[in-house]
Amino acid sequence: MQKSENQIPAAPETDEGYNFAYLDEQTKRMIRRCILKAVAVPGYQVPFGGREMPLPYGWGTGGMQVTASIIGLDDTLKVIDQGADDTTNAVNIRRFFARTAAVDTTEVTDEASIVQTRHRVPEDPMTEDQILVYQVPQPEPLRSLEPREIECRKMHAYKEYGLMQVSLYEDIARFGEIATSYSYPVMVNDRYLMSPTPIPKFDNPKMDGFPALQLFGAGREKRIYAIPPYTKVKSLDFDDHPFQIQQWEQNCALCGAEETFLDEVILDDRGGKMYVCSDSHFCARRREEGHSGSLPDSAAAAYAAAVGAQEQAVRGEREQ
Amino acid sequence: MTENQNQQPLIRVENLSKTFTLHVQGDARIPVFADLSLEVATGECVALYGPSGTGKSTLLRSLYANYKPGGGHVWVRHGDDWVDMATAAPHRVLEVRRETMGYVSQFLRVIPRVSARDIVAEPLHALGRDLEAARAKAEVLLERLNIPEAMWDLAPATFSGGEQQRVNIARGFAVDYPILLLDEPTASLDAGNRAVVVELIREAKARGSALVGIFHDDEVREAVADRIFDVEAGALAA
Amino acid sequence: MNSASPLLRVNNLSHAFGNLLACSDISFELHSGEVLGVVGESGSGKTTLLNCLSARLMPTNGIVEYDLRDRGLTDIYALSEPERRFLLRTDWGVVMQNPRDGLRMGVSAGGNVGERLMAVGARHYGEIRGEAESWLSKVEMDLGRIDDAPKHFSGGMQQRLQIARNLVTKPRLIFMDEPTGGLDVSVQARLLDLLRGLVRELKLSAIIVTHDLAVARLLADRLMVMKDGKVVETGLTDQVLDDPHHPYTQLLVSSVLQV
Repeated sequence: MQKSENQIPAAPETDEGYNFAYLDEQTKRMIRRCILKAVAVPGYQVPFGGREMPLPYGWGTGGMQVTASIIGLDDTLKVIDQGADDTTNAVNIRRFFARTAAVDTTEVTDEASIVQTRHRVPEDPMTEDQILVYQVPQPEPLRSLEPREIECRKMHAYKEYGLMQVSLYEDIARFGEIATSYSYPVMVNDRYLMSPTPIPKFDNPKMDGFPALQLFGAGREKRIYAIPPYTKVKSLDFDDHPFQIQQWEQNCALCGAEETFLDEVILDDRGGKMYVCSDSHFCARRREEGHSGSLPDSAAAAYAAAVGAQEQAVRGEREQ
Repeated sequence: MTENQNQQPLIRVENLSKTFTLHVQGDARIPVFADLSLEVATGECVALYGPSGTGKSTLLRSLYANYKPGGGHVWVRHGDDWVDMATAAPHRVLEVRRETMGYVSQFLRVIPRVSARDIVAEPLHALGRDLEAARAKAEVLLERLNIPEAMWDLAPATFSGGEQQRVNIARGFAVDYPILLLDEPTASLDAGNRAVVVELIREAKARGSALVGIFHDDEVREAVADRIFDVEAGALAA
Repeated sequence: MNSASPLLRVNNLSHAFGNLLACSDISFELHSGEVLGVVGESGSGKTTLLNCLSARLMPTNGIVEYDLRDRGLTDIYALSEPERRFLLRTDWGVVMQNPRDGLRMGVSAGGNVGERLMAVGARHYGEIRGEAESWLSKVEMDLGRIDDAPKHFSGGMQQRLQIARNLVTKPRLIFMDEPTGGLDVSVQARLLDLLRGLVRELKLSAIIVTHDLAVARLLADRLMVMKDGKVVETGLTDQVLDDPHHPYTQLLVSSVLQV
């Protein structure tokens, strides 16, 4: 690995000023009870007493509280943001837990026991021994359609989900197809309608029968929900407009992968662009294994170096 | 006169009385008639008679349950049943009005945007006849009553009084009701149209309908009425 | 046919808001295919009564029974809440005075009509859209507006859309609260004519709250006159309007301006 975490300097074993994993034990017990309830009722949003975290709402406070409640000394943590291990948000959350819980961190999906994610499911398969923690901005899939909270809760309680279907109807009426591509609503265990957080709908099929436990934490809205391992997760659709995932005409320009979620990268101001894997670790591993895409090796190296250099610069600044 | 052999009564009025109480005018009580009895048989036309203000219209409206009598009964033969229009439940009264008893009021109540043809066809359509058949019958009647074809598609709001009255008569005769009540059906009609109405009434009698009507026009009354019922006297006259 | 058991039976219904008795001791029956008008001045308890009848406000006292398709006459407030909600979006319809309360203003006309179908499990886009189109044309709406949101529609169009949205599941009973309120006269006439036609064609039963006697005359078979939360007079519409007995009804009828 080119950028392993041990390059981060001088993280103490743990910071003695904080309780293990930042939250106090009572709070963690409360959150664990909510998680148990969420696991028992797949897809149901359990309210919890969300705490203030040392970063603003919207930066993953819900996911961090879930992670803090389940993490132990022998865990290994991976944090991704839009599939990348090396963005500001991901790096900082990793450092946060390295400092407050002294856990090992990694970028390798296989090695992690807990993966906290914002907006992606890793491309690599996960196992029963792992937990995937999602950061959730808006847990209520009905919110944009039905502003009344009580009415939303009744709709969940009575399984009245016609309205969600209306939003898909609106898509087809307006665009000729279901244009929703993120936060694509799913039914969990044939019972609860759930927002899969703003992951691309490309990742929806992965959730179905997923071997790892999936936990969802919404900090601002103070809700936790869960999908236990091997649970049925079905994306909503119409008989004559079945659910479909995104497809690209190109493969990844860096590693040549054919079946991954691709990000568009603008290369210049004359319309030049390329598509690369959104899962940075997956892409890097494939390149190490000798795969390559349409981009010449030299250009790929330059791109990698540029992205790496930028990251180094960010770190450098912060350390000062 | 056609009063003979096995004439079955279709209407039996027993001890009917009606008094208006005008609460907005110092609770004034206006008695109209009391203890009035009348039978009308199949194929018979009875003309209500008496100077204005004697309650001819009130009686006619009471028969149709448009007015609520103060006492007594209005028995009406409805299929195999006898229904008392004075006391029957509203949905029962509506059923009788739909199937058994027609009423040609003095004035047409105009319905916005509904064409003359559909106004006439409506009672027949409400009985379950399909719309095309009902409209066809409506057209026959409108034609007989000399409403020009160009007006059939128009809403009668703008028609003259006589034209509206003829549309109203056509509507009343659209269904072959066993019982038909007529409130001055010829009041504003010319001689030609009066003759058509007389013809329609005779056809209804021939079918066995029982008719009760108010006819100010002596000629028409003599042409159709089998009996005269003097409302004021409350007894049968010759 | 009609003489059988009623579609809706109300017994001694009362509703109080605190010390204020909004409806008092109301009983009546509604038979299949009948249209009942509830008239009276503002504050007479008409709307409270309508809310109690349409399973949206639990009355303080009394029983409202409806002839459920599978169970016969059933106390609607003994049903579970999801059963009541199901009834409200399948066998019943509610047309609100203000279309904003009865429509989803940000959802297209087609989506508004299709919602009730999707709520009962329709999952074929083409069929849902076909139904929506057919209902929009039944209420005389321009099909070119099917993908527009009702917030851009006129008041009359919104009201017609609301009617289509309610009728799409072929309900047997419709509740309407001042359906022509706030519309100008020519738009009102068109809406009334449309309602009259639909009620007859679909053999709907309806309970219509209105303070407009002309609307009542045109649409209702029967009338219930309310004053101070009590029913003061009932009867066939033409009976009540042409031969009113109660002092209040006489006042009401004599107060109508003649045009």
